[in-house]
Amino acid sequence: MDPADLTIAEAGARLRSGDLTAVDLLAAVRRRASMTEAILHAYLTIDHDGARAAATAADVALAQGRDLGSLHGIPIALKDNMVTRGIETTCSSRILAGYRPPYDATVVERLKAGGAVIVGKTNLDEFAMGSSTENSAYGPTRNPWDPDRVPGGSSGGSAAAVAVGSALAALGSDTGGSIRQPGSLTGTVGMKPTYGLVSRYGLIAFASSLDQIGPITRTVDDAVTVFEAIAGHDPSDATSYRGGVPEVRSTLDAGVKGLRIGIVGELSGEGTAPDVAANFRATVDALAGAGATIKELSLPSTAYALSAYYLIAPAECSANLARFDGVRYGPRLAGRSVEESMSATRRDGFGPEVTRRILLGTYALSAGYYDAFYGQAQKVRTLVIEDFRRAYSEVDVLVTPTSPTTAFAVGEKANDPLAMYLSDICTIPSNLAGDPAISVPSGLDSDGLPIGFQVLAPALGEAVMFRVASAVEQSSGFTGRPALATSAGAA
Amino acid sequence: MPVDIDIAKVARLARIGLTADELAYYGQQLQGILEHAALVQALPTAGVAPTAHPLPMVNSFRPDIVEPTLDREEVLAQAPDREGPYFRVPPFLED
Repeated sequence: MDPADLTIAEAGARLRSGDLTAVDLLAAVRRRASMTEAILHAYLTIDHDGARAAATAADVALAQGRDLGSLHGIPIALKDNMVTRGIETTCSSRILAGYRPPYDATVVERLKAGGAVIVGKTNLDEFAMGSSTENSAYGPTRNPWDPDRVPGGSSGGSAAAVAVGSALAALGSDTGGSIRQPGSLTGTVGMKPTYGLVSRYGLIAFASSLDQIGPITRTVDDAVTVFEAIAGHDPSDATSYRGGVPEVRSTLDAGVKGLRIGIVGELSGEGTAPDVAANFRATVDALAGAGATIKELSLPSTAYALSAYYLIAPAECSANLARFDGVRYGPRLAGRSVEESMSATRRDGFGPEVTRRILLGTYALSAGYYDAFYGQAQKVRTLVIEDFRRAYSEVDVLVTPTSPTTAFAVGEKANDPLAMYLSDICTIPSNLAGDPAISVPSGLDSDGLPIGFQVLAPALGEAVMFRVASAVEQSSGFTGRPALATSAGAA
Repeated sequence: MPVDIDIAKVARLARIGLTADELAYYGQQLQGILEHAALVQALPTAGVAPTAHPLPMVNSFRPDIVEPTLDREEVLAQAPDREGPYFRVPPFLED
């Protein structure tokens, strides 16, 4: 088997038995990238020198008996909204063109300390705003299952790279579903941890109360491995959780016998494609067959979660993106005054979706409209959290389809922002609540495109979430890989 | 529900220098999105406390220990304009 197609667990075993070197593993991943990048455009930057040096160092360390852990020698990609010292970090925006950050994000430090090999920086919707990775100033990423379709977004570059084998795993960020929805659309596992478990230091902020970094991998087991490596308290992030990281590995294979699983009427009904709905039902039946109790629940406030999200996220974005003013980094356009220079720089530097959301957030926060929009959205957020709390008094986890549809065509929703926003309807509530959630591949639709199944758990409920996800992975038997990966592997 | 937007004022507050055509374009799109977002107003919320953040946290302190900061040259090297150890900007006070 081409090493680019190995899971982290398989590659780790071969690195330790001496069957494979980190340098050869990196070469395989690079070869896969060179065969697929012209079609997919998953990467914005590939760090050739840094990755080679890291792989060489990983081999030397292992030969000397210094094993840095499960990610030792594993090639990992980073969404380009996580800063990397000296390596260009753009957030797919012209406003950060050429920016070489003076420090590494905490997650990057942790991956490096664990021996990981950082392959490069992946494409995203500009500043992580979007659901298709079409909103990139550097061109869209395409889906390895069908290059005429989007890979989802905003972490579409990371998801496409993992699906095709130009990385064994990747980090994404999830503000309203930006890890889980691309996971669903590319047949990969995408996980958003509990808010605060993974440091946001060095994650270029979109909506600070919603953003969370998490893994995109090919298996649930690999997602656990990456989660364990990146989670933990960080004094550099004031919102980092101090209470410790839940232990998840020991119950991963415990099965679902005796667990109570809830289905949410509001999140698996109208708007769901027939193949997605049928697959969801079959997956739930399989969980019931494996001994879980299934209960139908209503979370009435989730019907308003999307509207609340599209006020809260733009409001926070309009404040966070005020820092891009052409003073400390990025290009600057001239003006007779500071204001004129800033206004010209920002008009030129931000793409249409980012501009739209900054304007939306500025409006929602402005005098006279604050109570009716932002204030009301914050109250809806409370109601969503209360709905979840009630649900989790009756069940251990909730399940939904990750996305109402499989991958849509490039350009299909590009001119209809509202239709694009609706593709996040099942993922947004967990961000509002700060809860963990994961998307697991659960089958293919009639067009041969992957379908994702989402497991939601209460805050710090990662153990039961991963446990159910692992059961879904086993019952669905999904091991599919996109044709592009298979043909590249055989070439 | 109709939503009233002074898009030129919003763009000025956001410091984004849009042309008249762009103002019209974004104004119309915001109208549609805000009409959907205004659905939040349909939910009765009397007596509901707002949530600004999922983790109810008070101040987060760390020990007061001097640690290395970012390298000044490395930081200034990213600026579009500088003068010595400073960021240089256009004049912002009229004389």
